[in-house]
Amino acid sequence: MIDSDVFVQALQDLGVNFFTGVPDSILGGIIAELMIRRVYVPAVREDEAVGIAAGAYMGGRVPAVLMQNSGLGTCLNTLMSLNLIYRQPCLLIVSWRGQGGNDAPEHLVMGEVMPQLLETVRIPHRTLTEKTFAEDLRWVVETLMKRQIPVVLILTKGVVKGLHP
Amino acid sequence: MRPEEGTLISRAQAIATVLELLTDQPVVICNGFPSREVHKMADRPTHFYMIGSMGNAAAIALGVALAKPNKQVVTFDGDGNVLMGMGTFATVGALRPKNFIHVVFDNEVYGTTGNQPTISNVVQLDKVAKSAGYVNVERVLDRDDLVYEFKDMLKKDGPSLLLIKVNEFVEDAGRVVHDPSVITRRFMKAIEG
Repeated sequence: MIDSDVFVQALQDLGVNFFTGVPDSILGGIIAELMIRRVYVPAVREDEAVGIAAGAYMGGRVPAVLMQNSGLGTCLNTLMSLNLIYRQPCLLIVSWRGQGGNDAPEHLVMGEVMPQLLETVRIPHRTLTEKTFAEDLRWVVETLMKRQIPVVLILTKGVVKGLHP
Repeated sequence: MRPEEGTLISRAQAIATVLELLTDQPVVICNGFPSREVHKMADRPTHFYMIGSMGNAAAIALGVALAKPNKQVVTFDGDGNVLMGMGTFATVGALRPKNFIHVVFDNEVYGTTGNQPTISNVVQLDKVAKSAGYVNVERVLDRDDLVYEFKDMLKKDGPSLLLIKVNEFVEDAGRVVHDPSVITRRFMKAIEG
């Protein structure tokens, strides 16, 4: 399991320097670490978070937005009619609720279709593993900067240490 | 009666008045006719014209304001847009960025799609902003009050919200001609430093 402070430090070392989002239990440890470092801007909806990140990008920052995959549904229009056409990069750190059908009912549909959904809207994505951690982070940041669009880093349960290990 | 009785000016007249009082401040302009009208009246590189992502103008401006704390950042918004992203009132009210000025042109209709009524004739958006924690909030109906209050807001620490009641008249303005990616690069360059 990757420690939250190691995860955050690695992102900061890669130049990511603006963090916003809406919480999820899988992301709890990361958000706690971001709050300790006083670099987290809490948003009330995922489309708002993506908007805030877009503004921060235009103000010279490299932004990341944290969300549960349910929030992907909420912010889809912003990603398509803002980021993708205005060429605004953003790292989306998305927790994979409903993966493999083992979760509460509200997560099952999105949990099943998320990878295809991202393919359909042409947003590159990669699922983080402990073994490929450094390479995964390098790839997502490099890809979003090179292509100037959002890129999703998918987090499954237990890869990065949560609040309650 | 729509819009509010006593409202004399059009959004285009209100926009022209505000633009005269601005210099090099970054301005994020919501989608629909507001972006088209601003683009027609004064196409400044400091303007970020939105053509989609309705409801997100204030969120984008908030991001700019947080990344550029030494610049006063202005949002041009509409009542339909504010209602769609009303949670951002709360985020702004909680974070209290001093350099954030939110100008809402309230015509009580979705003008871009054919003047279907919004609910801002019943829900007073300025009062919502005040409750959410905006520091300076004013509601104006005519040009003189608009000039006085906006000049005053430029001098004060925010977050501030100026709600301008405007009529439904729409300026004959074409679509924004720039490619969206050009709008991004041009805006970024203009607000650098």
